[in-house]
Amino acid sequence: MKGEVSTVRPTADIERKSRTTSAGNREALEPSSPVAYFGPDEPLRLDAGIDLSPIQIAYNTYGELNADRSNAILVCHALTGDHYAASQSPVTGKPGWWSSIIGPGKPIDTDRYFVICSNVIGGCLGSTGPASIDPETGEPYGLTLPVITIPDMVRAQAMLVDRLGIDTLFAVIGGSMGGMQVLQWTVSYPERVFAALPIATGARHSAQNIAFHEIGRQAVMADPDWQAGRYFAHGKRPVKGLAVARMTAHVTYLSEMALHRKFGRNLQDRERLGFGFEADFQIESYLRHQGMTFVDRFDANSYLYMTRAMDYFDIAADFDGSLAKAFQGSKTRFCLVSFSSDWLFPTEENRAVVHALNAAAASVSFVEIETDRGHDAFLLEEPNFFAAIDGFVSSAARARGLSR
Amino acid sequence: MTLTADTGAPGPTATSDTVAGTATGIRVDLEVIADLVEPNTRVLDIGSGDGALLALLQSRRHVDGRGIEISQAGVNECVARGLSVIQGDADRDLVHYPDDAFDYVILSQTIQATHNPKVVLSELLRIGRRAIVSFPNFGHWTIRYSLGLRGSMPVTRNLTHAWYETPNIHFCTIRDFVALAGELGATVETAIAINSTGQKMGMNMPWWFWNLFGEQAVFVLKR
Repeated sequence: MKGEVSTVRPTADIERKSRTTSAGNREALEPSSPVAYFGPDEPLRLDAGIDLSPIQIAYNTYGELNADRSNAILVCHALTGDHYAASQSPVTGKPGWWSSIIGPGKPIDTDRYFVICSNVIGGCLGSTGPASIDPETGEPYGLTLPVITIPDMVRAQAMLVDRLGIDTLFAVIGGSMGGMQVLQWTVSYPERVFAALPIATGARHSAQNIAFHEIGRQAVMADPDWQAGRYFAHGKRPVKGLAVARMTAHVTYLSEMALHRKFGRNLQDRERLGFGFEADFQIESYLRHQGMTFVDRFDANSYLYMTRAMDYFDIAADFDGSLAKAFQGSKTRFCLVSFSSDWLFPTEENRAVVHALNAAAASVSFVEIETDRGHDAFLLEEPNFFAAIDGFVSSAARARGLSR
Repeated sequence: MTLTADTGAPGPTATSDTVAGTATGIRVDLEVIADLVEPNTRVLDIGSGDGALLALLQSRRHVDGRGIEISQAGVNECVARGLSVIQGDADRDLVHYPDDAFDYVILSQTIQATHNPKVVLSELLRIGRRAIVSFPNFGHWTIRYSLGLRGSMPVTRNLTHAWYETPNIHFCTIRDFVALAGELGATVETAIAINSTGQKMGMNMPWWFWNLFGEQAVFVLKR
């Protein structure tokens, strides 16, 4: 688990935050990373049936593209992630969310590979999303932005990959919602993906996961400051609702065992129960802290769009309900990774993809990593996980003829 | 499923003490299997252990190899060495593969640890054009001696587990295996017995001789 247990009084702080713009919002409007612009001649065709234009995609790259452009790895971020996979976030000042995996000599070795990570469409860190300005109105899109899907995100990434002059990606890698994008890549552009590494993910979002997302969305929308999605026009932000959404979601990223190990029933800065509704327990304080820091870096409407994209995801639905059909004839080398204590994307969800790949006679490896750290484990240092990534990527590199 | 007659705990299969090793240090039944596989074919190895056989088949026979292994430690090791292996169970997971998906499906030192050997063997014959099965022969004279004369369950150099802790729940003799193959309508294309010194036994010996002196057997079956 990340973050320290905070002792800040959350109520006063959150009141202040609801009246100020976030550091994240500045990045949404003026990203400090490279940005690819696509004008009216290059619209993004959305599943909602609308051509979105113009659009922009904020991205980062690490390492060097080789002469025959065969060493590119696309890294896909999760629900509230961003394109700062291996570099310091300008919003939080923290190292990249996968800095332990991506870098020189690391499992995704930037001395060997050219790593691309872009902010998804619908996000709020520089790619076109609900916080971006609609050129027709001069105001943020808000809810006038069409609903974005995982295939839409992947279509936009393909436009970026085209722009970078890359035909075939050596690998597409990502966890959680990033893993959904990886799977979608292998279905939408099978010939453009040599190796795929979907981690802690599934080929569809389960009813339980949709349920948790709906709680989060309702929390955002129940906040009076949300203003039907037009909070920007009123100089407000629905930070209370968004913080509650994050608190709920955060619990789903952990595990009962990890919560017990880390917090148990320990009290926060007190000897005995307070007989009131302040944060008596450490776990309460921890969650409040998680909720509060989240609202600094994330746009509430974008959270609605991101969760919706995951909810709509169901690869088999486009193939008469048969997941195996989606992967038929695939020449991509797959490696799936699940974590034993992940109840958001349990091993069985990952295994269902493996079985479909087996049925399609595709090349697939599958590892379940034993850990009590829940879904979040894909962002943490797990030696067996790192060894699996390293082994799979290295062997794929040999098969691809990428010399050391 | 456990992988060898010898190493009961889930994990790497290729222990040198399972079956007499060869000069190369590779388990002798794996060497025999590697010789039986045509180059550049598609192979599914069930019970991959640490990937010794798959690695051998890839380097020597240039196969397109896949594996299934039940233990996490084994799968991790396989994937870390770049082999296409999934975590799975022969009793449960073969149903997901289509007919004729592979040229060979290999079950080495594993059938005796499956819950339903008959179903597993018929799945092998459905998924692969050929099935290669190696197993410890429970008809070997040392085992008969233990059971027949000493009156106790055999614990031998090859079968080191006591009856109460063995993962090997469905032992068979060479004769029993031939009968099962017949019951499933499979043709025995090749049969090889390996004696206690790790040597292939003469092809001209009668079945009863193999059944008595063969410590290991390797069969190639065809539908």
